[in-house]
Amino acid sequence: MRQIAIYGKGGIGKSTTTQNTVAAIAEMGKKVMIVGCDPKADSTRLILHSKAQTTVMDLAREKGTVEDLELKDVLLTGYSGIKCSESGGPEPGVGCAGRGVITAINFLEENGAYTKDLDFVFYDVLGDVVCGGFAMPIREGKAQEIYIVTSGEMMAMYAANNIAKGILKYAHSGGVRLGGLICNSRQVDREYELIDALAKRLGTKLIHFIPRDNVVQRAELRRMTVIEYSKEHPQADEYRKLAKTIVDNKDMVVPTPITMDELKALLMEYGFLEKESDMIGVAEAAQAV
Amino acid sequence: MNCAEVAEYINTKEYQELNFKRETLVINPPKACQPLGAIFCASGFEGTLPFVHGSQGCVAYFRNNLSRHFREPFSAVSTSMTEDAAVFGGMNNLIEGLQNGFTLYKPKMIAISTSCMAEVIGDDLNSFVIKARELGTIPKDFPIPFAHTPSFVGSHINGYDNMLKAIIAHLTQGKKEKKNGKINIIPGFDPHVANIREIKRMLNLMGVEYIILSDSSDVLDSPQNGNFEMYPGGTKLEDTADSINGVATIGLQKFSTMQTIKLIQESFGHEGLSIYPPLGIKATDGFLMKIKRLTGRSIPEELERERGRAVDTATDAHQYIHGKRFAVFGDPDEVFGIVNFLLEMGGEPVHILTATGTKQFGDEIKVLLDSSPYGKQANLYIGKDLWHLRSLLMTEPVDMLIGDSHGKWAARDAGIPLVRIGYPIFDRVNLHRYPTIGYQGVINLITWIANTFIDEVDRKSDDAHFELLR
Repeated sequence: MRQIAIYGKGGIGKSTTTQNTVAAIAEMGKKVMIVGCDPKADSTRLILHSKAQTTVMDLAREKGTVEDLELKDVLLTGYSGIKCSESGGPEPGVGCAGRGVITAINFLEENGAYTKDLDFVFYDVLGDVVCGGFAMPIREGKAQEIYIVTSGEMMAMYAANNIAKGILKYAHSGGVRLGGLICNSRQVDREYELIDALAKRLGTKLIHFIPRDNVVQRAELRRMTVIEYSKEHPQADEYRKLAKTIVDNKDMVVPTPITMDELKALLMEYGFLEKESDMIGVAEAAQAV
Repeated sequence: MNCAEVAEYINTKEYQELNFKRETLVINPPKACQPLGAIFCASGFEGTLPFVHGSQGCVAYFRNNLSRHFREPFSAVSTSMTEDAAVFGGMNNLIEGLQNGFTLYKPKMIAISTSCMAEVIGDDLNSFVIKARELGTIPKDFPIPFAHTPSFVGSHINGYDNMLKAIIAHLTQGKKEKKNGKINIIPGFDPHVANIREIKRMLNLMGVEYIILSDSSDVLDSPQNGNFEMYPGGTKLEDTADSINGVATIGLQKFSTMQTIKLIQESFGHEGLSIYPPLGIKATDGFLMKIKRLTGRSIPEELERERGRAVDTATDAHQYIHGKRFAVFGDPDEVFGIVNFLLEMGGEPVHILTATGTKQFGDEIKVLLDSSPYGKQANLYIGKDLWHLRSLLMTEPVDMLIGDSHGKWAARDAGIPLVRIGYPIFDRVNLHRYPTIGYQGVINLITWIANTFIDEVDRKSDDAHFELLR
């Protein structure tokens, strides 16, 4: 069983990319489980064709305790036999979403969700590595491979670098490694070159560049992956290529995160920043993370 | 309503119904939290420093709590996490704590558990311990088993189980050799440490070799000879490592040894059994027969004679217990054992209450109750607290309450005696020095329960009925 965690800045298209890739892997005849680690709980809707799955935390809230939950209520099967579970979390503004992820993954482990027949487990993890809870999927005995979804936008790159820092921390003690960057295109100028350069700086590779296509949006509105909604579409083949790359990928590295100055230099090199003052916005936003 | 009216009202059936509808408030739940069980478990190993990654106050409370029950010093340390550790993660505290603990208290093993604070922020003990070893804070081969023990999940019995599982998994790694012919015994979260001595005595009489996994008997019942010993006993670490080569493992409490027994079944390659505590004659018979089956040893005459004495005790005191109504509360295993014992004596358990306890526990105790004519009146309350129990005692009175010291208010309000069995016992001395299991335990339980009833009769008798013979 290979366990893979997908990280990336919020709104970058992690969940869409993960579900499309997983659908393509399932198409190859592999058994896959997705564990959504995001209070938004949108990591499985395209596989299950549902508005939102009942999450582990939703049920825990309803029943008062996790101990009364049953696996069958929170582990559903969707497109192509893909097993789906969502950790869920508290309402915005209260509680602790990170603990929700820990509780949910512990529950799945203790109740036998990780069956021997699974070839892959994918964790779709919220935004940045923000706290111990969101690092849960990359602890010892869980995901050993990480892919970071990014785009050519500055903050997405900033987040990717931060995630690389998180991985570095865990790479020391456990076996967790970075498998590469995935660029979910925002049609930024020279985007491929920029992310390719960032990947090199981080000591890894840009393993796939997913072009932007409206079919993804159309499929999403029907709560489907492109793989299912429009099998023949070239975009479906993009996800298939990405899936194959991940399945065949043997190139796992301990990342080499860069400093803010180096990131700035990179952006200047690719013509995004012309002078020092342009950087102020980035620095401010960085402080806020 | 004035005070007197309120006092009257809370004894009514109407109030009881409201009380049982209570959802958002728990009043006096008879349970403690995971790390308390974890450090109790850790203390039963040779030279082991129980080490809690979390805030200082929690550990001060555990030490205090355990010391009051056993009336012995209880050594445990914390990583003293404060606000900055909550924000930045507790790694520095843990590493510094390991260094201090290792240097100051010279343990042979440090067993780490966690308090809520470390769990809420998701501190990863595994990576922290690896880091501490990399930095050279702790020698590479120094044993540091660790268990995540969030207080807000389960109770002290789960903490005991999680810690024990971690210690056994850690020490037995790569130690599989040829069978050593020994039986492993896991006492479980048993506050009556004399039970461990009793188990050892019975096994010695049978000539069975054994390893007790977490033997706190010499640690929490140590001799007073003027010298303070930091680590006065406990299971040898090499014996713990060797437990993987045993012929079988028996957990003497089902619910506080579940995860550990599961680990043993999966990785030891020998039989792992979880049984209810051998409380009562039948249960003790069952335990000894299991040992006989697993080791091929016969049961010596001395134990048979002891059994006969226990049966004689039961017969002598039968009239004081038969037909009496009881309420029992506490940890699932202990409650199961006591109910089993009462049914054997013809006592009628009426209210059975646990704060923890799973559906499996409920199903199994129902089977037990159905097996006896004395179990017909019993009602089972799982996940309830002592304020619920008080209502029950008021509306459906019983003759005696059995449980830990926290039951004393409910018993007083109901005007019935409390026989103290379980954890904690803060208001009586020496009870942990008497076994409750085995044939000797049967004699003790009968003595406590019957004499308490007789004391009640004497106390309540008027002059005309104050008799010499009872």
